[in-house]
Amino acid sequence: MIEDIAARFPYWATAVLMVIGLYGMIGKRNLVKKLIGMNIFQSAIILFFIAGSQRDGATLPILLVEDGHILTPVDPELYVNPLPHVLMLTAIVVSVAITGVALAFLVRIYREYQDLDEESLLKKVRQ
Amino acid sequence: MIETYSSTTPLIVVLLPVAAALLVLLTGERFRNVRDSWSTIAALAMVAVVASMLPDVLAGRVPQTTLIELSPGIDIALRADSAGMIFGLLASCLWVLASVYAVGYMRAEHEQKQTRFFTAYALALAAAAGVAFSANLLTFVLFYELLSLVTFPLVTHRETEAAIVAGRKYLAYTLSGGLLLIAATAWVHMLGIDGTFVAGGLLADETISKTTSWALLALLMVGVGVKSAVMPLHGWLPSAMVAPTPVSALLHAVAVVKAGVFGVVRVLVFVFGAELLREMNAWQVIAIFAAATLLIGSILALRHDNLKRRLAYSTISHLSYIVLGVALLGPIALTGALLHIVGHGVTKITLFFVAGAINAQTHKENVSQLDGIGRQMPITMGAFTLAALSMAGIPPFVLFTSKFYLGWGAAEVDQQIFMMIYLISGVLAAGYLFPVVYRAFWKSSTDHMVYGEADMRMVAPLAITGVLALFLGIAPNLPFSFFDLASEVARTAFDQGIPITWGAE
Amino acid sequence: MLAALIAPVVTRLRYELGFIIALTGVGLSAIVSAWALFHVLDTGTMHYNLGGWAPPVGIEYVVDLISAFVAVIVTSVATLVIIGTRRWADREASDRLGSFYGLVMLLITGLVGMIVTGDLFNLFVFLEISSLAGYSLIFLGGGRAMLAGFRYLILGSIGGLFYMLGVGFLYFSTGTLNMAETQDLLTNDATARSVQAGAAFIFVGLGLKMAIVPLHLWLPDAYTFAPSSVNTLIAPIMTKVGAYAMIRMFLSVFPDGYLKDALPVADALLVLGLIGIIFGSVAAMSQKDIRRMLAYSSISQIALIAVGVGLGTPLGLVAALLHIMNHAVMKATLFMATASVRFSSGITQVSDFSGIGRRMPLTMGSFTLGAIAMVGIPPATGFFSKWYAVQAGIESSQWAVVVVVLASSLLTAVYLFRILESAYLHPLKLEPSHSHENPEEFGETEQKLTFEAAAREAPIDMVVPTVLLGVATVVLGVLNAVIVIHILEPGIA
Repeated sequence: MIEDIAARFPYWATAVLMVIGLYGMIGKRNLVKKLIGMNIFQSAIILFFIAGSQRDGATLPILLVEDGHILTPVDPELYVNPLPHVLMLTAIVVSVAITGVALAFLVRIYREYQDLDEESLLKKVRQ
Repeated sequence: MIETYSSTTPLIVVLLPVAAALLVLLTGERFRNVRDSWSTIAALAMVAVVASMLPDVLAGRVPQTTLIELSPGIDIALRADSAGMIFGLLASCLWVLASVYAVGYMRAEHEQKQTRFFTAYALALAAAAGVAFSANLLTFVLFYELLSLVTFPLVTHRETEAAIVAGRKYLAYTLSGGLLLIAATAWVHMLGIDGTFVAGGLLADETISKTTSWALLALLMVGVGVKSAVMPLHGWLPSAMVAPTPVSALLHAVAVVKAGVFGVVRVLVFVFGAELLREMNAWQVIAIFAAATLLIGSILALRHDNLKRRLAYSTISHLSYIVLGVALLGPIALTGALLHIVGHGVTKITLFFVAGAINAQTHKENVSQLDGIGRQMPITMGAFTLAALSMAGIPPFVLFTSKFYLGWGAAEVDQQIFMMIYLISGVLAAGYLFPVVYRAFWKSSTDHMVYGEADMRMVAPLAITGVLALFLGIAPNLPFSFFDLASEVARTAFDQGIPITWGAE
Repeated sequence: MLAALIAPVVTRLRYELGFIIALTGVGLSAIVSAWALFHVLDTGTMHYNLGGWAPPVGIEYVVDLISAFVAVIVTSVATLVIIGTRRWADREASDRLGSFYGLVMLLITGLVGMIVTGDLFNLFVFLEISSLAGYSLIFLGGGRAMLAGFRYLILGSIGGLFYMLGVGFLYFSTGTLNMAETQDLLTNDATARSVQAGAAFIFVGLGLKMAIVPLHLWLPDAYTFAPSSVNTLIAPIMTKVGAYAMIRMFLSVFPDGYLKDALPVADALLVLGLIGIIFGSVAAMSQKDIRRMLAYSSISQIALIAVGVGLGTPLGLVAALLHIMNHAVMKATLFMATASVRFSSGITQVSDFSGIGRRMPLTMGSFTLGAIAMVGIPPATGFFSKWYAVQAGIESSQWAVVVVVLASSLLTAVYLFRILESAYLHPLKLEPSHSHENPEEFGETEQKLTFEAAAREAPIDMVVPTVLLGVATVVLGVLNAVIVIHILEPGIA
């Protein structure tokens, strides 16, 4: 059992983070906390992808070339899968964009209502 | 031999009232006289076009228009077969008279929003024509639904609380019925069966399980049963009396209820067919509901003082005459039922016309108020008397003729009990109509107002239909060969001739 | 096809020019989509590799019959709506019209991108583009819209992330992100648990974007409080593209039957869809604000699409795809009419619709057409998607489908006909009923509108798109066999 968890440790960590993030998004009343929860959730997923691209004993996927000779071994097995990393760069950008927009929203809301708590906001807004 | 040929005439029949509706809409209130003549002109044209198809149909050549494919494998198709011709002729002829009547009534009552009224009226006729001439289930469903929709503004016309409530009830009933029809039609097509109507039953040669055929029958019968006001689906009809009388005349003689019973004919004769129904032993169920409605409707009619309500229950009862006749699964009964469609249409419309004329002139609605009215409105009450005699089934009025065939048809299939039921109902009809005649002519009026006949536009049509009720009884083949058409339907549906043709009476 | 992507480019010009650029962008997209459709009908599916990199290394764009079909619908409806809501946009975003249209263009870009992409991750990217644009546009409404927008952002992002997670699972199992290749690989061997997990996450994610019950919570508030120029645009098309993505998963990503047998996704869709149909209709009946009513109505209609997909048969998919078209057109009609009414007289409550029929005949006439179509009266389009759905239900012996679909017609009639009844049969109201509108939303303009003075027919550039859309609901219905036979059935095969 412990071996299972140890062997797949990154995945379990990811799962835990996801749950924390979800809890934050749904369970917390403060809008900023919700946003933080979302960020945690996003990060968790990104970590998942990165974890998935790991290989035991593999190294960075960079090819060293000198004078037309390839210095590093060309066996793909020895390298970490670069594709998910690249995808995650995109995902991080998306995440940043979302966070930015969300923060802009929050600034507007705060300016308008001086409050960032979901429940009291609902009351104020209903008037 | 029935041969089908391609022609645009059925389509023209349906489009004529649509054109009329557009013209009415565009002409509007400012040119009311022009506006109001469109309906009558279109109605006359419609009669002409439908009648033009008559010789061919009687000779066994049936015109058909196939429009676009509406769903893979199913076309919208209009076909003027003999059954459709009966309904089509009835609708268009009565529209001529009803359009004139409606103008008279609406103006006498200073009703509002007449443009909307006449537009919807015309569209209702278009939908009815579509129902009459549908060649397959899907087309039938299409026009049936459109008919429900288009008659809604007519029912709610007066925009009072009662009218709106009645309208909602109406729509609830008819749309629900329509949904059942849709389900059944979808199912038929899913079974891979072509939905085109076949005299003798399109399902007759197919192998379907008993449960499926019972389910289909239930769905279809309830679907058309709503508009046919078979109990317990009749609830919408008495409430719909809140509409102006031209609408009640239309709903109860021409468009809606006859579309309903016509649907029954299509379902029982053209979808299922006598053989299949006998195998299923299904006809007894239908016959029982119809017979019950027949009797209960007549009994309830006795109770109501409000004239229009009384007529509504009478209608409910008489529609089941037709349903019963079809359910008996005999060629003579079927002929009688089809003839009854025509006869009842003409007779009932007379009665409603009279009710409306009296209402417009005197603002009276109840039978108890009608003492002595006969002396002041002799033509009107004269027509009423003719119609009353017809309703009671007195020879030689048309409803005697149809009842004769219905009764004979019952005997033919050894169901004399239904013959008894028809006779009893005739007596009841006398019971709820003759007192009106008596009061009108033999009692003196209690209020001291003097009334004259109503507007000529109302009186002339009702006089004509009243006389027709007599005339058609004597000569049902004039002017439009109704009897021949009816026997033609029976012949093709049952593959046997009727042992009597008109003239040997 | 690629032009359809590039054309709606973000342009941040000012004022009047903003509208023209937007219109050009969307209009061009529509034309190109139509061209693409005909091209595909003639010569078969089109492929394009971004940057010249062949798949699976590169990102591939695929236009087949179904994507072209959906693209045409989305872009055409968007074009009409943008024309129709120009005046609202002026009113609601007058100080930042450039950014407004920029966001709109981003939205369309995202949606069209989602439609034509052939790569799973690319779908995510476009999904987020369109979603972000959507969140921001909704947020512009101010007041309650801000809260609704924020909530949508949070929930929507969850959806997108779940989708991405699902894609991740799939990638790690198959090694590819290309849709077609995924299907190939999975057909050979799809037993891995991670594939199941992937499928599950993808569906939760897309389901949230589609607003399948119980993942629909963001929708009512978003559609109600968004500015009129926004909800008229979003309501007909955003969820549809989500539905399209779901269908794409069924058709081109997972092997045939996988989603029924290995994982009961189809069944879940079916059940949730049935619940959604009823729930949406029932909820719509008790709404006082017409926009909220239309929002719940949308939930119900999307559930119908879900049912079609959930049945898993070709006929079911035909019904679902047809309903994508139908609902886009019908809802666009209804929302446009609502926006026109609100523009002329500030009315948003159902009870205030009394007597409007006379004052705004064309607008309410189109509303009537849309309502008739929604209820499902032939020959309007709405009838046919229900017709095929019923047939599909009978075919699979799923009687619940038949009953629920037909019942939904009745329920729809209740809440829609109530408005028609009110508009045509009741006398004109002279005073507004208690409005829940936030007065801060539009400054004082809203308050100053009185009914008598303002209830006139809407300006022509609002009426024309409304009427066009309304007429389309009937015309498309009559033509539906053509669409089904030539586009949908071959597309699914």
